[in-house]
Amino acid sequence: MIRTYALLAWTWTRAAAQYRLSFTLVTLGAFVVGGLDIAVIWVIFANTDTLAGFALSEVMLLYGASQLAFALADLLFGNVDRISQHIRAGTLDVMLIRPASPFAQVAADRFSPHRIGRAAQAAVVLGVALARLEIPLGRVWMVPVMVASGAVIFTALFTLGGALQFLLTDAPEVANAFTYGGAMLNQYPLSVYDARIVRGLTFVLPLAFVNWQPGLYVLGRPDPLGLPSWTGLLSPAVALALAAVAALAWRAGIRRYRSTGS
Amino acid sequence: MIEADGVGRTFTVRRQVVHAVRDLSFRVAAGEFAACLGPNGAGKSTTIKMLTGILTPTSGRVTVAGLDPSRRRTALARRIGVVFGQRTTLWWDLPLRDSLELVRLLYKVDRKVFRERLDEMADLLDLGGFLRTPVRQLSLGQRMRGDITAALLHDPAVLVLDEPTIGLDVVSKAEVRDFLRRLNAERGTTVLLTTHDLGDVERLCRRVLLIDHGRLAFDGTVDDLRATAPGRASIEDVVADLYLRSRGTPRTPHPAPLPARDLPSETA
Repeated sequence: MIRTYALLAWTWTRAAAQYRLSFTLVTLGAFVVGGLDIAVIWVIFANTDTLAGFALSEVMLLYGASQLAFALADLLFGNVDRISQHIRAGTLDVMLIRPASPFAQVAADRFSPHRIGRAAQAAVVLGVALARLEIPLGRVWMVPVMVASGAVIFTALFTLGGALQFLLTDAPEVANAFTYGGAMLNQYPLSVYDARIVRGLTFVLPLAFVNWQPGLYVLGRPDPLGLPSWTGLLSPAVALALAAVAALAWRAGIRRYRSTGS
Repeated sequence: MIEADGVGRTFTVRRQVVHAVRDLSFRVAAGEFAACLGPNGAGKSTTIKMLTGILTPTSGRVTVAGLDPSRRRTALARRIGVVFGQRTTLWWDLPLRDSLELVRLLYKVDRKVFRERLDEMADLLDLGGFLRTPVRQLSLGQRMRGDITAALLHDPAVLVLDEPTIGLDVVSKAEVRDFLRRLNAERGTTVLLTTHDLGDVERLCRRVLLIDHGRLAFDGTVDDLRATAPGRASIEDVVADLYLRSRGTPRTPHPAPLPARDLPSETA
C-alpha cells in the first residue's frame, strides 16, 4: 500500500514538476492563502491581549498544530474526497482491477505536491510559537505527537467521508463540512465556543484531540470544562481508534460498491 | 478457469430491487475463447465486473483462476488481465510508455521481462509510433492497443475484455482481432469478451454465452447458435431472433425488404 502510494505520488509529482513556474506560483499561493488565517488572528490580538484567556503565542501554538496536522493529512490523503468523481467516471473500476490498494490509488491520484505550501506556513507559525513560549522539555515532546495524531484524525475523517460517498454517490460536501470545517474550527481555542459544541468535539467527532486537549497539556493549562490534564495524552489512542473505524467503513464501502452503467 | 454457480446480483434503485443478473451458471475452460453476447442492459457488464472482483455478487459463487474474485481481488488481479472498451486503464496525462512503466511497477513485473514483453507487443500491435504520445492524444484504435498491452504485461492466464472493439474502424478492429486470436492460439491464454459486434464472434470464438434479462439464454458453439434458426442466412439475424424471442415478440420469418426511398428524379 505504501509502495503503491509512493509510486503514484512520485509520478504525479514529476508531472507537476514539468510546469515549474506554475508549480512554484501555486505553492507560494498556498503558503500565502494559509497565512491569511493567521493574519486574522493577529488582527484580533491587535485589539485584545487575550482570547478566551489565551495569549497570542498560545493561540499560535494551537493554530499551528491544527493547521499543520490538517495540511499534512490534506497533502497526503485529501484526494480521497474525490472518490465520488471516481465512482461516477468509472475510474474506480480501473483501480479495482489492479493488484494494489484502491485506497492508496485514490489518495495518490492527482497528488498535488503544492499543498506543501500550506503545511510550510503552519510549520512556521508553530515554530515561532514554540520559540516564544519556552515550554519545558518534559511537555514539549507532546508537540510532534499531537501533530501526528491530528494528521491521523483528519485522515480518518477524509476516509470516513470517502466511505460515506459509496452510500450517497454525490455528496463530497457532507464530508468536507467535517474535514475543512473541522480545521477552521480548530484554529481558535475551543473555549471560545459554547460548552455543548466543545463536548461534541470531544466525545462525538473527536476534533478536540487534534490540538485542543493535547495543546492544553503542552501549555500546562487546566481544561475549562474540567477534564483531567492527562486527557490530552489520549490523542494517539483516539487517533488510532478513529482510524480503525474509518478503515472498517472504507472496506464496507468497497464491498457495497455498485459501479456505474456500462 | 472461469466458473459461475448460480450467481446473482441485485441493485436497489429507488427502493426497488432490480435483478441485474440472476442464477447465472457457466464454465469456461482453460484455453477457451468465449464471447458473451446480450442486448444492452442484459447484465453482461455486471457479470464481467463480478468475474473481475469489481462487484461483489449478492448470491451464488464465482471462481476465476482458482480464486473468489471479491475476496481475493488483489491476488486475482495478478492472474487476469482486464480491458474496458469504454474507458482506459492508462493514465490520461502520461505518455503511453510511462503509463506502461507504471503498470509494470504496480504488477511488479521484472524490468527485463517487461522490456522483452513490450518489444514483442510493440511489434505485434505496432505501438512504436505512439509510445511517447500522452494517452489523451491517442486515437481510439491506438488507445485500445495500449490498453491491451497494459493488460498483458504480467502475462495473465485469463484475459477479460468488455467491448474491446467498440468504436474501432475496420482496420483497427481487424488488428485487435488478429492479435487476440494469436494470443489465444499461441500462448493458450483464456479469453472472455463481451461484444455487440458479431464479426468478433464469427472470427474469434468457438463458444458463445448469450445473456438476457440477467439469465443465460444460450450457451454453445457458434454452429449450435446457427442451428437454432436454420432459415437465417446471417448470424446477426440468428442473434436478433434470440433477443426478440426472449422478449416475447418473435420476428416475422422472412423480413420484408425495406421500401426503397424515393430518390429525387434527375430527369430535368
